[in-house]
This record gives sequence, structure tokens and C-alpha cells, in this order.
Amino acid sequence: MRLPPFQTLLDAHGRDVHRFLIASVGATDADDCYQETWLAALRAYPRLHDASNLKSWIFTVAHRKAIDHVRARRRAPVAVGGEPPEPSPAPAAPGGAGLGDDDLWARVRELPPKQRTAVALRYVADAGYDEISAVMGTSEDAARRNVHEALKRLRTEYRR
Amino acid sequence: MMTEIEHELRRRAPRTDPVPDLSQAAAAAGLLDVAFATLDSPLGTLLLATTPRGLVRLAYVDHEGADSVLEQLATKVSPRILAARHELDEPRRELDQYFAGARRRFELPLDWRLTHGFTRRVLQATANVPYGATSTYKQVAAQAGSPLAFRAAGNALGSNPIPIVVPCHRILHSGGGLGGYTGGLERKRLLLAVESGQPRLADP
Repeated sequence: MRLPPFQTLLDAHGRDVHRFLIASVGATDADDCYQETWLAALRAYPRLHDASNLKSWIFTVAHRKAIDHVRARRRAPVAVGGEPPEPSPAPAAPGGAGLGDDDLWARVRELPPKQRTAVALRYVADAGYDEISAVMGTSEDAARRNVHEALKRLRTEYRR
Repeated sequence: MMTEIEHELRRRAPRTDPVPDLSQAAAAAGLLDVAFATLDSPLGTLLLATTPRGLVRLAYVDHEGADSVLEQLATKVSPRILAARHELDEPRRELDQYFAGARRRFELPLDWRLTHGFTRRVLQATANVPYGATSTYKQVAAQAGSPLAFRAAGNALGSNPIPIVVPCHRILHSGGGLGGYTGGLERKRLLLAVESGQPRLADP
């Protein structure tokens, strides 16, 4: 198996992986996820059998790290005797001003996980539906539907 | 056609600058098989690559091209290759000193894994030729165990993966002719001139 130098992969996708993780887990935790993603990729790299779509591969690793991270987060801060806190989406500011720069992507983070991931892959990593389906392990139709549903929701709020 | 919301998503997408550095964590985790860095030298830009064992490769970038050197390393050593200046601090320091005329002997550890058999023996004999001295293809062939193989010794030197540090520029034809050099004959001339006490490389 002829694999390109790992640095090539990092040069091509490092920035987009970081941005994808900011979109997925937030800026505070993105650095940790980023490092975990690339170290896991580096560990597995020499055993990789198919180098034909390294972009999908590295985003698959990033996607899994983001899921692990969100799960760990959910487990961690449970107050003793208390109910697990319900994440409550912050309502958009009234007044018809629409969403601010940060608010749009904050809203993306509150979408159902599959929609969130699909949107982040599409609009941060510029992924095609074939790549989104490869990363998320779904059909291309499902990938397209996830993006479509997400846009519909976001549009409703954005127009408000 | 891109809708307004799609346009906004792209426009407002998270930015990052700079991305976090990975090479230290990779090295600490034992996952950095080959670290590389470039060095600006009086002989042009050099690409240096090291493994945990030592310096494995030095290349004149204008002659070989950084990409092709890194691809060779990916195939022949390991694809776990990252840019990591901190891993090359010692080779860079010794080379800087050498070019400044302040070092006559390299002490950094070498990784010989890109050389084999006769080639390795020729290069190891070459590594023992001291600063300011020269030897011949015939002599290093003899030291490598095959006195008649001086032509093969020339090929071995031409494939030297660590020029300058393994001083193949110190090997000449028996008749005194310059022979060949991986980085071009002009560089061989310059290196020999500097080592014989003539003007510094840094001077025009």
C-alpha cells in the first residue's frame, strides 16, 4: 500500500477538520478533539488498506471523536440526585433581526446530531453527499435528506 | 443554486487560525516515525529528516524536490511523517555551526537504514574521512572490501542519503579529478574550498 506522507494529509485537511470540530463540539473542546483525531489517525495510518479517499477517512475519525466527546460530556456533569439537565435551545432574539454570526452556528449545534454533522461536513468541509454518506455510514439519499431537513429548520429561524 | 441560508452558513462558518500543533504530542506518543524540517544554508535550502534513531536523510531541495524526498521516506521508512522543527534542533545547530566554520566534526546520531551492503560500507568509510582531507573512490572501495569496485563506489556515493554530514564531497578521482556530486559539482567545489580554509561559504 503506497501511502502519502502523513503531513500531506494534515496540510490538506487539518484546517477543515479543526473547523468541523468547532462546529461539532464548540470552540472550547475543539482543540482536544482535534488532537485526539489526528493522533488516532496517525496510529492507524500505516495499516490503512485504501488510500483512495483520505478526506472521508480523516473526517470519519473526527466525526467519531466528536461523538465520543459529546457522550463523555453528557455522562460527566450529573448533579447528585438531580435530573440530567435538558439542553434547551436558546430562542432567537426577538425583533426580526435574524441570527447573529455566532448564533447561526450555535443553532446548528442544537440540531439533531445527524443533521448537525451533515451540515458541518457540507458547509465547513465542503463535502459532497457521497463524502457525507461515507463519513456518516448512511446512504447518499439520507445524507441529502439530513442536509435538507437541517436547512429547512434553520431557514425558519433565520427568516424570523 | 445556493440558497441564502447556505450562503450564510458558508460565510459564517467557524474559522481557525492557527490550527493546534500536533508534532509534539505525536512524538510524545511514539507515533512520529519521521520528523522533518528545512534549513536555509549557504548551499541553498536543505531538507532534514530524522527518525528516533538519528538523522536519516538530508537533501538539497532544489535538486530533489521536498515532495519527492518525503514520498520516498513514506515508502522506504514509514508514512508517519510530520513537519517537526523541534525534533531537528540538534542537526540544525550542528549544520549551522559547520557552515559558520565553527564545527569540523558532526556528532549527531545517524540512521543508516536507507543504505545497504556495499553502499553502506562505502558511506561508512567516507564518514571517517576527516574535515579538510580528501580520499579517492578507489580507497573507499578498498575500505569497503572491494578494491576493484571503484565505479560501484562512485554510484554508492552518488546515492548518499545524508550528504554534507556523510562527507561524500571529500571523495575524489585518483587522478585528482573532482568526480561527481549529488547536489551538483559547484557545491562540491564550495564545500572543499571552505574545508581547505578558503573563503567562508557565507561570503559571496
